[in-house]
Amino acid sequence: MSYLEFLGQYGDRILSGTLVTVLLTVLASALAVAIALAAGLMRLSPNVFLRGIATVYIEIFRGTSLLVQLYWIFFVLPLFGITLEKFTAGFVAVGMNLGAYGAELVRGAILSVPKGQWEAALALNMTPAKRMVRVILPQAVLIMLPGWGNLLIELLKGTALVALIAVADLMFQVKQINGTTFLSAEAFGTALIIYYVIARFMITPFMRWLERAMQRKLGRA
Amino acid sequence: MDAQDLSGFPLRLEGDTVPMVSFRKVTKSYGALVVLDSLDLDIDEGEMVSVIGPSGSGKTTVLRMLMTLETINGGVIYVDGEPLTHMPRGDRLVPADSRHMRRIRAKIGMCFQQFNLFPHMTALENCMEGPVHVLGLPKKEARERSEELLKMVGMAEKRDQHPSRLSGGQQQRVAIARAMAMRPKVMLFDEVTSALDPEVIGEVTNVIRKLVAEHHLTMLMVTHQMGFAKDISDRVCFFYGGRIEEQGPPEQLFANPKRERTQQFLSAVKEAV
Repeated sequence: MSYLEFLGQYGDRILSGTLVTVLLTVLASALAVAIALAAGLMRLSPNVFLRGIATVYIEIFRGTSLLVQLYWIFFVLPLFGITLEKFTAGFVAVGMNLGAYGAELVRGAILSVPKGQWEAALALNMTPAKRMVRVILPQAVLIMLPGWGNLLIELLKGTALVALIAVADLMFQVKQINGTTFLSAEAFGTALIIYYVIARFMITPFMRWLERAMQRKLGRA
Repeated sequence: MDAQDLSGFPLRLEGDTVPMVSFRKVTKSYGALVVLDSLDLDIDEGEMVSVIGPSGSGKTTVLRMLMTLETINGGVIYVDGEPLTHMPRGDRLVPADSRHMRRIRAKIGMCFQQFNLFPHMTALENCMEGPVHVLGLPKKEARERSEELLKMVGMAEKRDQHPSRLSGGQQQRVAIARAMAMRPKVMLFDEVTSALDPEVIGEVTNVIRKLVAEHHLTMLMVTHQMGFAKDISDRVCFFYGGRIEEQGPPEQLFANPKRERTQQFLSAVKEAV
């Protein structure tokens, strides 16, 4: 079977798997960003309790395996009465895992906004919340964007694990194709290329565009 | 703040001539290093006071404490008769909570050595930020106020530029307009010309001269520009080792310093020029 014939025969399944992977990536990214922002801010809170929750969260999700977390969310949580559909369990696990890494990114970026900016906001008598939203975060976003570019590519690749709880993503589809045809090189080769294309020609340009847009806001571009 | 006996400090300053700013036995230390040692300093309403002295003498700390950028270890600071660092509870003073501090802090504005304009906002947006988001003014009113101030500092034409497109002198003038937009009673200038190229220092000092001439503001300025301090100050304080070594009207302090350290400092500065 030529590679073209292979694509002709299994293209549909590969395409549908790719769409699932992209959708998982988008949802998990949104979740990761939201969690990272919340946990990153909580880590900087003067409140010991909030700080503690964020620290525990980050330690657990950064310190243990994504695959184990996925299995926990899908197989163990139902024992405690929380049952998630497998697609949901998939993006929640990936989002929560990468969100923990993102939290440190958020915290680091906030702390690297120059001290003078914090002081100028205080001198204008801003409340701490106003200062964060109006002055610090807009500048922190620009600082953390390159880091997020990396993290989102990590996240895309992390979504491949959801195939193990039978979410029909790209990895799941090519595994199935391989299982029935034993065309391993074609199946997994195609998957490699697709993951690379998404990362290199979708995520990276999107992040570059975002960076330029933010820089324009700073009057730098 | 260390626990201290505050019984000797009044809950508020009363009388015919309450100073706009009053430091009473204010102490600041970092560990064993005493930066300010029981400082007493009164500044009257409308008075322009310059602070000079060698680096490490505690002069910038005075401004930073007044802006609540630094906590104090002892004593009380009063602004417009009310304690800033403390608040009355019953018949005694306790350390101020953030709400109290915010209320008193509203009377104080500050300009920094490094300007510290918000880089993601234009000159005009920088000036409007406080009035809109802190004072809650309607945008239109804040804009009018800000445009007027930008005109005063000669930056009206650059109002839509971001700070990265402005020179140091221009940024500092916008920063002065931004601080003034909050209508403070007290303005603090922390070495506002130290980061500037020599040829643009004049444009910033001229703006400050204008403020002195046209606004009834109380001002406290840390500076290395001796000539400027001499010109516009009502009083000059020479700091040395965390204390006021000598103070007086500029004519007297510069022409006829009494203390040896003041003489040494002034002749060293003169040689450098």
